[in-house]
Amino acid sequence: MRLERRAQVSGAWLLAAPFAAVAFTLLVSSLLVAWAGAPVGRAYAMLLEGGFGSRLAITETLTRATPLILTGLAAAVAFRARLFNIGAEGQLYAGALAAVAVGGLHGGSGFEAPAWLLFPLMVAAAMAAGALLLLGPALLKSRLGVDEVVTTLLMNFIVLLGVSALLDGAMKDPSAMGWPQSVALQDALQLDKLVERSRVHTGLLVALVLAVALWVLLQRTTTGFEIRAVGANPGAAGFAGMPVGWVTVTVALLSGALAGLAGAIEVAGRTGYVTLDMSPGYGYSGIVIAMLAMLNPLGVVAAAVFVAGVLVGADSMSRAVNVPTYIADVIVAVSLISMLVAAMLTQYRVRRA
Amino acid sequence: MTETLDLLLSAPFWVAVLRIATPLILGTLGVLLCERAGVLNLGIEGIMVAGAFIGWLAVYQGAPLWLGVAAAAAAGAVLGLLHGLLTVTLSLSQHVSGLGLTLLATSLSSYAYRVSFPKVDKPPTVAPFAPMEWLPVPVLNAQTPLTLLALALVPLTAWVLYRTPLGLAVRMVGENPAAAEGQGLSVAGLRIGAIAAGSALMGVAGSFLTLAAFNAFFFDMVNGRGWVCVALVVFASWRPGKALLGALLFAFFDALQLRLQQAGGGVLGVELPYQVYLMLPYAMAIVALVVVARRAAYPQALMKPYRKGER
Repeated sequence: MRLERRAQVSGAWLLAAPFAAVAFTLLVSSLLVAWAGAPVGRAYAMLLEGGFGSRLAITETLTRATPLILTGLAAAVAFRARLFNIGAEGQLYAGALAAVAVGGLHGGSGFEAPAWLLFPLMVAAAMAAGALLLLGPALLKSRLGVDEVVTTLLMNFIVLLGVSALLDGAMKDPSAMGWPQSVALQDALQLDKLVERSRVHTGLLVALVLAVALWVLLQRTTTGFEIRAVGANPGAAGFAGMPVGWVTVTVALLSGALAGLAGAIEVAGRTGYVTLDMSPGYGYSGIVIAMLAMLNPLGVVAAAVFVAGVLVGADSMSRAVNVPTYIADVIVAVSLISMLVAAMLTQYRVRRA
Repeated sequence: MTETLDLLLSAPFWVAVLRIATPLILGTLGVLLCERAGVLNLGIEGIMVAGAFIGWLAVYQGAPLWLGVAAAAAAGAVLGLLHGLLTVTLSLSQHVSGLGLTLLATSLSSYAYRVSFPKVDKPPTVAPFAPMEWLPVPVLNAQTPLTLLALALVPLTAWVLYRTPLGLAVRMVGENPAAAEGQGLSVAGLRIGAIAAGSALMGVAGSFLTLAAFNAFFFDMVNGRGWVCVALVVFASWRPGKALLGALLFAFFDALQLRLQQAGGGVLGVELPYQVYLMLPYAMAIVALVVVARRAAYPQALMKPYRKGER
């Protein structure tokens, strides 16, 4: 078998491909739900209702989507330049911890500065923490050719252990009864609620604005063109006089900063402090979201809402019909793989050799 | 200082090193096979989880231990075939397909475990492999037969890769697929075969965790070991002998940090949080990558999909 590029991509194919991918995903997960002994139709109804079917469901989904949009953008911009940043999980935690380091109630009161000064400092610290964390692997990649996938993956483990050590030590909340939890963020630095009687906070607006900004950057600016060129063909980009190493570093700082910001916004908008389970793999999910969105920043928003809806919906489905919540991860994984295959088959056809 | 020396000379320490090294040896050989054929397999982390789960499940259902290992290998091979279909036949991004595979295999294993054992307080256990006490070799006689298998696979892999026509063909599709094609070899067939074989080894690496190192399945038990194997292959310059060395070195640091943690008293008189010790092996893996970076001889066609007639 071999692949042959289609001379022209038919519109019908382009339209049918995502539906085929979704249908395949539904088929696979139906089999799994049936295997768990649950009624398939009711399970899906519960999933849909739990994720999107009520005011509570929608606000919860949007709350969950906020960090996912940011980590999705972090992955999308890096992958565009073919910098495979798999370290967003660690960068998120580093950002969250940096935010609390600046804005936390250390010794009962924290830094006594006005909120208009402390808030930007907190955000800047979080973004710098995430960016610096990715700078090392990016420099190792551009200077020494060290594969960034492995270094960023391994960094996640190191950062998580480092956060764990700090939550036991310097950043520990003494009033948390021995539970590894950081000091709380000052009240004045918490983000406002976007919708009354819900957990949706203004961080969602930040994420949406950044998605648009990143789209503009990638599609409408010289820097964006360089990023895309380096991702498409680093050799040709270098030959055309583009500073490939410099672009890689810029992208790393941008990607790391976005992931760090996700951590700060989670702390300021939802949790109020850092714990070791504050992110159920948002960094890793961000990669999946970026791929589902075909690395398009605006697509990231849609993909993040989809993934968040599935995650939130799976919780209520699990409670109602007793299907393990891990079905959410299976659905996301299968949809990722089938979307990739579907996208490939719109561009190529499989021929017998 | 003398205490550290005593530790390094003690048999239990080296028993621990070899035990920690076993899944790494198997996993690293698996990654090596895939990459020698030109395909990165980041599915390893998930394949190890699936191997750990399937191997354990088979034994829990009454299969003999070795059948459990075979089931883990088969599960690995099936996931490897999927990776081959995605990356070789459909030439999707090897990074993305691998990460997708890890997510799929991990979540499927967790899901299947929860469906099979909905409410258990303590994880159900099996009777794991026993140490080979009959062996007249110290240190090795405290290991299970899977360690022996891992050690035997090192020269076997080297022999196949360097001394057989099949091995030559596998290396050729990883270095220069067009030339291999010119010789009448099937690039896709060889690559998919190598991925399946390598992934089977990753599955066995996972089964070691549930059938020899422990006796039950835990969700987080692989805990980055797969990623470490990917780093070790670079460190080993894609050579089986050096892969063994790398796995032993990594295991040495892992065992050392465990002992230092237990011994207490800190390093050079400085008390350190236990997490710092746990970081040591991961940090060493990164350092090893950096050290060899300049002279890393990547297989020339690694991560490059091959399409007939295209250049």
